Amino acid sequence: MSAEKISFAQALNAALDDAMADDENVIMLGEDVADEQGGGVFKVSKGLSGKYGTKRVRSTPISEQAIIGAAVGAAITGMRPVAEIMLMNFITVAMDQLVNHAAKLRFMSGGQTNVPLVVRTTTGAGVGFGGQHSDMLEAWFAHVPGMKVATASNPADAYGLMRAAIDDEDPTILIENITHYGMRGPAAEPGYRVPLGKAAIAREGGDVTLVTYGRGVSDCLAAAGTLADEGIEAEVIDLRTVSPWDEETVLSSVAKTKRAVIVHEAVRPFGAGAEISSRIHEELFGDLAGPVQRVASYPSPVPFAKPLETAFLYSVADIVHAVRQATEKKA
Amino acid sequence: MNKTPSATSLSPEMARIIYRKAYLINRTDERFRAMLTNGELAVAYYPVRGHEVIAAAAMAALEPDDYLVTTYRGLHDSLAKGIPSRLLWAEFAGKRTGTCKGKGGPMHITHPETGVMVTTGIVGSGIPIANGLAMSSQIRGENRVAVASFGDGASNIGAFHEALNMASVWKLPVIFLCQNNQYAEHTTLAAGTSVSSIAERAAGYSMPGVSCDGLDPASVYEAMNEAVSRARAGDGPTLLEAQTFRLLGHIFGADYSYVPKEDLSAAEERASMAKLRQWISERQVSEADLTQIEQEVDAEIDEAVTFALESEPPDADEIRFDIYEAEQAA
Repeated sequence: MSAEKISFAQALNAALDDAMADDENVIMLGEDVADEQGGGVFKVSKGLSGKYGTKRVRSTPISEQAIIGAAVGAAITGMRPVAEIMLMNFITVAMDQLVNHAAKLRFMSGGQTNVPLVVRTTTGAGVGFGGQHSDMLEAWFAHVPGMKVATASNPADAYGLMRAAIDDEDPTILIENITHYGMRGPAAEPGYRVPLGKAAIAREGGDVTLVTYGRGVSDCLAAAGTLADEGIEAEVIDLRTVSPWDEETVLSSVAKTKRAVIVHEAVRPFGAGAEISSRIHEELFGDLAGPVQRVASYPSPVPFAKPLETAFLYSVADIVHAVRQATEKKA
Repeated sequence: MNKTPSATSLSPEMARIIYRKAYLINRTDERFRAMLTNGELAVAYYPVRGHEVIAAAAMAALEPDDYLVTTYRGLHDSLAKGIPSRLLWAEFAGKRTGTCKGKGGPMHITHPETGVMVTTGIVGSGIPIANGLAMSSQIRGENRVAVASFGDGASNIGAFHEALNMASVWKLPVIFLCQNNQYAEHTTLAAGTSVSSIAERAAGYSMPGVSCDGLDPASVYEAMNEAVSRARAGDGPTLLEAQTFRLLGHIFGADYSYVPKEDLSAAEERASMAKLRQWISERQVSEADLTQIEQEVDAEIDEAVTFALESEPPDADEIRFDIYEAEQAA
């Protein structure tokens, strides 16, 4: 890790730049990604079409099915497309290409073809974009065998996950949180990879395990600070990859702490937390000091008006409260 | 919309190639349906009767390494593109020796060695994927073209329109081959489609739209050849419609009473294999040549059926493989 601090957007840009320099099979396509159209709405692809040409960095029509379809077709010939779907809700338009094709072609072809595709997409509540520009839909894709889903919590991991996802021989959806682009942190060394499926322990602690990813990591670290003042030491696990998730790291932490709270921005019902909680109960039921808790957003469409949006989104206080509940239940 | 190309010359060699493919498709389809009828096989099957000439003549205009994306009604395309019969039959029968180890089945035939990259069970979804194959060829500076084969019904789904627009904007080396068999499942063209000829839709995407007679080998071959030449020259995509008639139900065993009897018998007459044989024989292909082709194809199918029936199904443990690159735990 370098001492230099860069933004999340700069880290993603560097990862794409380095990947394109390393392998001419890496191409990018998406709405407005080329410099003539601004280098991406969040400037993540800024400068890349100038450097690598508009054959390799293509601005597309507003046609999500055609974007993902073209990326799938290129991927099965051995190219490594990075397709940008500007906002995660727009992925709904391309679900057929992702779920019926990208995720299944390896299996249905008996391994003759595979889809080394990366889909970059951004989303997140709290910035007033309302119901169709803010949803966290990671659980949908985690439910599809053949698909991988990852999301970074800091610029260095954003770089490393992007490089790993581009290397990977299977389709990966990389979710970027819209509130993260300006976040600054240490830059990764060029070539750094975060292995898919491998969690990081963002904070060590022996009293309770907080399992989270993406924006939840900084919120859990903030909650852990408050809890430390009360004498509760929380271990914070940053899954980084939501699917396939790192069961081993989570289970060994919970085996130590005996308590777990799962935190995610997505709404609670049928969210990733349900699966993680269930696996912890299945494996460690007899060892747990109490039931696994979940902190997640309220099950409504993401509202617009600030008080409603605040009511929707989970808060650091919710995490602190859940941990207190979990630790009060100690035998 | 361009005029239907006239059925003029077709070399004797090309006539032989096309006849061989068409005969192979026709016999395979018939044999497959017979085996479904007598219970030797039990799978969902979408018959291709009426589509033989389109696939045979269109694929004859391609090189072996050109890409093809087809659909669940795709047996004819797969055979015409060159997938060996035995691999196809074994896959249709769900055997480990099939193209896809029995994991795909009839609706998901894949065989990259012959350029068959995707067979989709979702109407219209292969069309954007063909763009990606063409884009890959374009970026790499290869001479390959991609063909998206689909039906008239698929021209009503969004993927078709998104894909044609993108292909036109990017001048992709792709041919959109619409096999118009007049029925989208049980719905007639007139009842579900705003145009009477799918080729008219090309005008909305600034590309040539050509309609040809899908029962006339020369008409299909010449139109396809022109579209392929255009794509290889870097001049972009073509929407090529081949008109035919679906002579059987949407899926094997399905009701077909909604098709007017007079329409069906007229189409059966136009699509008769005897008529095709006669037409080919008029292109300096001798009776001896035709008989030899038929004997070879019959033997190929016999061998393929035996191979498929005698092959083993996959082991249950095979389910763990090919989900991801790494095998999955049991």
